[in-house]
Amino acid sequence: MRFLLRRAAFFVLTLWACVTLNFLLPRLMPGNPAIALLAKFHGRLSPVALKAIEIAFGVNTKQNLASQYVSYLHDLLTGNLGTSLTFFPTPVSVVIRGAILYTLGLVGVTTILAFILGTLIGILGAWRRGGWLDSILPPVFVITSAIPYFWVGMLLILVFGIQLHWFPYDFAYDPSLSPSLTLSFIGNVIEHSILPAIALLVTSIGGWILTMRNTMITTLAEDYVKMARAKGLSSRRIMFDYAARNAILPNLSGFAMSIGFVVSGAVLVEFVFNYNGLGYLLVQALDAEDYPLMQALFLLITVAVLIAILLADIITAILDPRTRSAG
Amino acid sequence: MRTGQTDRLDIGPAGRTSGPVLEIRDLSVSYQTKRGNVRAVEDVSFDLASGEFLGIVGESGCGKSTLLFAIAQLLSAPAVLDAGSVMFEGVNLVNLSEHQLASIRWKKLSLVMQSAMNALNPVKTIAAQFSDAMRAHGVTSKSDITGRSVEVLRMVGIDPVHLKSYPHQLSGGMRQRSMIAMAMLFTPDLVVMDEPTSALDVVAQRSLMVQIKELQQQLGFAIIFVTHDMSLVSHFSDRLMVMYAGQVAELGPTRSVFDTPRHPYSTGLLEAFPSIRGPKVPLTGIPGSPPDLARPPEGCRFAPRCPQVQDRCKADPVRLYHVEDVLVRCLRAGNGVSSGD
Amino acid sequence: MAILTGAALGEPAPGVAEPGGQVQAGQAIGRIWRAVRSNKKAFTGATLLVIFTFLAIFPWVIARDNPEAEIYGRSLGPSAAHWLGTTSYGQDLFAQAVWGTRETLIIAVVSGALSTFLSVIMGLAAGYLGGLWDAVLNFITDVLLVVPTFPLLIIIVAYLPGIGVPGLIAVLVVTGYSYGARQLRAQTLSVRSRDYLEAARVRGERSIYVILVEIIPSMTSLIVATFLGTAVYNVLAAAGLQFLGLGNPNSVSWGTMLYWAQNNEALQTDQYMWALVPGALIGLLGAAFALVNYAFDEISNPALARVPITRTRGLNPVVRRLRANRAD
Repeated sequence: MRFLLRRAAFFVLTLWACVTLNFLLPRLMPGNPAIALLAKFHGRLSPVALKAIEIAFGVNTKQNLASQYVSYLHDLLTGNLGTSLTFFPTPVSVVIRGAILYTLGLVGVTTILAFILGTLIGILGAWRRGGWLDSILPPVFVITSAIPYFWVGMLLILVFGIQLHWFPYDFAYDPSLSPSLTLSFIGNVIEHSILPAIALLVTSIGGWILTMRNTMITTLAEDYVKMARAKGLSSRRIMFDYAARNAILPNLSGFAMSIGFVVSGAVLVEFVFNYNGLGYLLVQALDAEDYPLMQALFLLITVAVLIAILLADIITAILDPRTRSAG
Repeated sequence: MRTGQTDRLDIGPAGRTSGPVLEIRDLSVSYQTKRGNVRAVEDVSFDLASGEFLGIVGESGCGKSTLLFAIAQLLSAPAVLDAGSVMFEGVNLVNLSEHQLASIRWKKLSLVMQSAMNALNPVKTIAAQFSDAMRAHGVTSKSDITGRSVEVLRMVGIDPVHLKSYPHQLSGGMRQRSMIAMAMLFTPDLVVMDEPTSALDVVAQRSLMVQIKELQQQLGFAIIFVTHDMSLVSHFSDRLMVMYAGQVAELGPTRSVFDTPRHPYSTGLLEAFPSIRGPKVPLTGIPGSPPDLARPPEGCRFAPRCPQVQDRCKADPVRLYHVEDVLVRCLRAGNGVSSGD
Repeated sequence: MAILTGAALGEPAPGVAEPGGQVQAGQAIGRIWRAVRSNKKAFTGATLLVIFTFLAIFPWVIARDNPEAEIYGRSLGPSAAHWLGTTSYGQDLFAQAVWGTRETLIIAVVSGALSTFLSVIMGLAAGYLGGLWDAVLNFITDVLLVVPTFPLLIIIVAYLPGIGVPGLIAVLVVTGYSYGARQLRAQTLSVRSRDYLEAARVRGERSIYVILVEIIPSMTSLIVATFLGTAVYNVLAAAGLQFLGLGNPNSVSWGTMLYWAQNNEALQTDQYMWALVPGALIGLLGAAFALVNYAFDEISNPALARVPITRTRGLNPVVRRLRANRAD
């Protein structure tokens, strides 16, 4: 249990650090960017909105840094993420709510799929060392993991979208439809998400396969695997119960780091496909210099990653009894 | 090069089966490395009677563990069994497929390894590891499995409540003993042990050895016990085999080998372990190091380090000679006796 | 484990002490060179890197045209005059691709080197100094590790419009050093308690000596692997940022080529070369680093090395056992 407590403490601490980072960033930049922003939007926004930005970014306020920080935290905790400049006057939280499900679906499903498939293929590659799988896999996937996510996306658009017309390649759903919980709409969403999902899957699966294969090879050399052989257990049981069960543990902690990569890739993939998820929103906000939206998105993405890591830690605690006792 | 029935003294507990449990003939194992083929075990032959305790000693790298795993058909890449036969109760294990071996594994032939921390699956409870061995051999009833698990743990003096524990929750000695308990699950005919005491302190070593010997007398299985600690095993073994550079250097009843070693290497080994009760003698080691087995020397493999080496030792490979009740791979020792098997 | 390994045979018995126990830096480099030559993957990767470096230093040898001059016909397809065609602005694509190598390679190598340097310092300091230093440094590193780098990069670079290559490199280094630092710290911790370091301390050597002369050489392969891995990641990250229009869109690099391609809807207007070639080049450069890195993995972890003959099915060698004797 101490293990989980430690990880939970890390979660909270890191969360605090990210929130603070988010707070400090604009204030640390040479020439507070909000000033330029205010100048740009001067005639176009109401004085109230301008004041809100000033407060959020600490311009022209008489508050010192500490009290700014307190009001910032207070705003966060009450769900007040500011007002979006691109979609003025919609509050940021509403804008995000519209996009978050699409990204969750795309990234969530793809990551889990990549993990499962990658792990299974990695296990197989290690099991049949020296076979064709083992010789082809490593170089192929080393190369695919070096290819930019968005390039794969562009390639898919070209081949399957433009040339073959098999799948749509623009937006998360047909713009003529309006979001509803009907089967046809959901089907449309799924259709639109196939190409982006493949792009993400193809690029991220390589890492899983390789690391699983490597840890599996090391695990197969362990004494307890030999002991399992000596006991006359079936190959399948040895492979899963003894080898894979142990080989996957270091992979789970690597999950934490790879989630960051997948999220990064998702931003670019969404951009290429005009897929209206959080990543696309981020780029839009970037173009429009919509700092409140950008900050909120960054925070949200970070929190999501932290949660995913915490989940991976919990799963590790379940699978590895040593973490439960040692702590 | 056979030990033959007549050379074997009648010692040790009465075994359960008649006829030898194990007949090893000309067993050879190589490692395929980038530098070429390395012969780790060369032409080893011996018999093991039912219920007999054979100790195999030698320094690190002499091939004793490789030999053990070759016998148990547990070699892994890059080791390959080059030649020889392993007759276990009349069946040549070398020719069997994995599927055929499975019915012999653990039921008739079990294994105890050096470090229980490494040999036990860290993510499974002791109970689970006992039960999957039993399930693999057709025992399905839960009560049977639990009953037998409790029984074997009691045999080694561990409280059955520890069935629910994970390996890392037990002390080193308890882990080792539970590994031995696991090996007893089907009361096998042969238990091979690879340095099971090396990871323990001296006191625990002794008590574990006593436990093993007691179990052997109770249940009547044969033991092959690999270790580098000659003096420890000699208190418990019926016969002793000294290995050097992949070959059998000396093989015979423990008392004979221990009291009157005939191979200069055996002598050297013994002199490195002074007796705690005997007179104070200066410690002598064996200078030099074992040969590179990728390119073994032409003649006797021990010649470069032998204090009694002669020119003829370096000429041709040396075979095993009968000297009284012992087999020795040494020209000096062997030539005191008539040559020939 | 008492079992013999292929490597253990032929080496002196434990009674004979090994010199120092650590791998000398010179030995490591020699091994690396031999391994690169013999390993197909490493060789391919290294060759690619050499080609790219040549293009970066001497682009005019291959590409005569000025990459920025907008003087040619617009949106031309590939032809003898323009091997890859031209952009919507009338620039020669081939020239852009070749000249773009320089900026991309500079970013990769410089940020990789600096990032590795920072990783070494942070990782080593945390591992070696321990205590409060370790806790603080480690925490900073862990936070930066967990924060998704690309969004962070976007935010930082967004606040610094028109940031040039040096700024880009600086930002990449600060956000990307954490992975390497973590690995180096782990390695330092495991090496710190080894006997030969104790011996050095007992000899009275100062800490800085111990670090420089004893610890760092033993981690040569890890450091090289960190450099290569970081280089790959930074190439992709920088390209991604430029693709989005961050950084200086008027510079000539593969990332900015992609940006302009996307801006001009190159895919939809059949200008495939414009859209696909820069991405392919980025992938190729990244793959080159990754291949060399992969070969490194095999060198440093002998278990992963290609065992010459033995194929396995599960745990058993598929190689048929030779000359199995029939029983007497």
